[in-house]
Amino acid sequence: MEQTEKKALQIAACKIRMGAIEAVYSAQSGHPGGSLSAADIIADLYFRELNIDPSHPKMENRDRFVLSKGHTCPGLYAALALKGYFPWDELKSFRHTGALLQGHPDMKAIPGIEMSTGSLGQGVAAAGGMALAGKLDQKSYRVYSLLGDGEIEEGEVWEAAMFAGHHKLDNLCWIIDNNGLQIDGPVADVGGPEPIDKKFEAFNFDVQKIDGHDLDAIDAAFCHAKTVKGKPSVIIAKTVKGKGVSYMENQVGWHGKAPNDKQYQIAMQELKTVLSGLEAE
Amino acid sequence: MAEMVKKATRESYGIALTELGEQYPNIVVLDADLAASTKTAMFREKFPDRFFDCGIAECNMIGVAAGLATCGKIPFANSFAMFSAGRAFEQVRNSVGYPHLNVKVVGSHAGLSVGEDGATHQCLEDIALMRTIPGMVVLNPADHYEMKAAVKAAVEHNGPVYLRLGRLAVESFNNSDDYHFEIGKGITLRDGKDITIIATGLMVSRALKAVKSLEKDGIDARLINLHTLKPIDREIIVKAARETGKIITVEEHSVIGGLGDAVCSVVCEECPVPVVKIGVNDVYGSSGPADEILEKFGLCESHIEEVVKNVLKK
Repeated sequence: MEQTEKKALQIAACKIRMGAIEAVYSAQSGHPGGSLSAADIIADLYFRELNIDPSHPKMENRDRFVLSKGHTCPGLYAALALKGYFPWDELKSFRHTGALLQGHPDMKAIPGIEMSTGSLGQGVAAAGGMALAGKLDQKSYRVYSLLGDGEIEEGEVWEAAMFAGHHKLDNLCWIIDNNGLQIDGPVADVGGPEPIDKKFEAFNFDVQKIDGHDLDAIDAAFCHAKTVKGKPSVIIAKTVKGKGVSYMENQVGWHGKAPNDKQYQIAMQELKTVLSGLEAE
Repeated sequence: MAEMVKKATRESYGIALTELGEQYPNIVVLDADLAASTKTAMFREKFPDRFFDCGIAECNMIGVAAGLATCGKIPFANSFAMFSAGRAFEQVRNSVGYPHLNVKVVGSHAGLSVGEDGATHQCLEDIALMRTIPGMVVLNPADHYEMKAAVKAAVEHNGPVYLRLGRLAVESFNNSDDYHFEIGKGITLRDGKDITIIATGLMVSRALKAVKSLEKDGIDARLINLHTLKPIDREIIVKAARETGKIITVEEHSVIGGLGDAVCSVVCEECPVPVVKIGVNDVYGSSGPADEILEKFGLCESHIEEVVKNVLKK
């Protein structure tokens, strides 16, 4: 990837983080930690990888993205707003009564949302259906689904994995946001989903492990996934929960908590500094 | 074509689905390792490319159906009612109901008439569960012809549908493929003025026999076939309440949350009259041949007659 392209993605990722903080702060509710950990992956998907057109959100052969870890929609909503699916100001009424942006993704109301998610494990199952439809109709679109490393404790995730592997859905790519933390503590202590890579290998997935904040690595992983034939792909992206806001990084307490006024100012200041640095280079 | 046939509604469903597969290329059928029992094997044989066995993983099957529906397919997701409506309830609610996707959730082997498999497989809660989902159509056809018409109606309806199938063969009381079926419209099978029996699914043919027998005893009972539990036909229920003053509901389902409760809520709101519910009284089923088990739990003509006579004595 060219340096200019990479910088554009870094800027997008920073803006996604700012949008996520804005939304959660405005709602005084929501999930900042996992929105921030996935921001670089979301940026790469929405500003490089996905074949989508905000002016034709239902374009037949569009790529599909399903946020299986639906609670981290503040980051996704920020990306959709940046893409132009709806005005940026909608982020400020996230989770408010009567607002467009529901607490978890609502495909009926929100442009650009491909599947209503939030109940963990269900998004990847629907993504499997979308990939199957693509195979049936001999379409070239690809289906991407992002899930949490805590989410994979859900049994349905492994039903969906078995289905995707068995039906050789090579148009399907899962990304695991492996930030290592879930509400009750480290995933290693709570549900123990490791070793994640070995499990997916056993389910007939092509497995890649990357640094989920390295845009070159994310891009390379998506490129490789497209070359895989006869099996679905999973990209296990090692990330830092709360990435980009110093006091949130690797802090389990920021899974589902909103910043107060002072914390909001600090977070936005840190992100603005990063953004100005990128824009000044 | 006019003939009496004796078939389980699951078989009629399999026939209808296979016939409709020709006309509707978007129909896709999913099953969870029960294709021979749910009768989707008929579809599989004719349209192998549009049939997918999801293995014994009903929750994922519902999600796959939802994903297919977002891409314009008309998926039928099949298992025993206990598993499609029961185990996967939350998937049906959140991945099908909430986004109002065009998925047909099929619950076969519903009710006590599964027979020998016993309580773990005798789903008596599916109607209650499915009724609580906003926008869900709930259908419980009573015989071969009604089932065939209902499957077609489900395909033509754009939105989520729950379709209840039975395992036990039932004599048809309708007699034509031209049978007119409309979602949400109950059918008055026999007019009457002394009392109204409202039945659904397997119990309709049994109630019909009871009504004929009651006639010999001078009791003029009305019989309504309520094949659609949701949206419920308020008009036909209120009319019956007004004109006959007493209602008995008959269902192969728990008396909690099913036909009886649905009828009660309409009657309470619009024309309060006594309603007596015949169904499974907040207990589990048990193993045994279907007809014996149905009799044991009072889901037979003689018990319906007895209840009618008791209500009329009061």
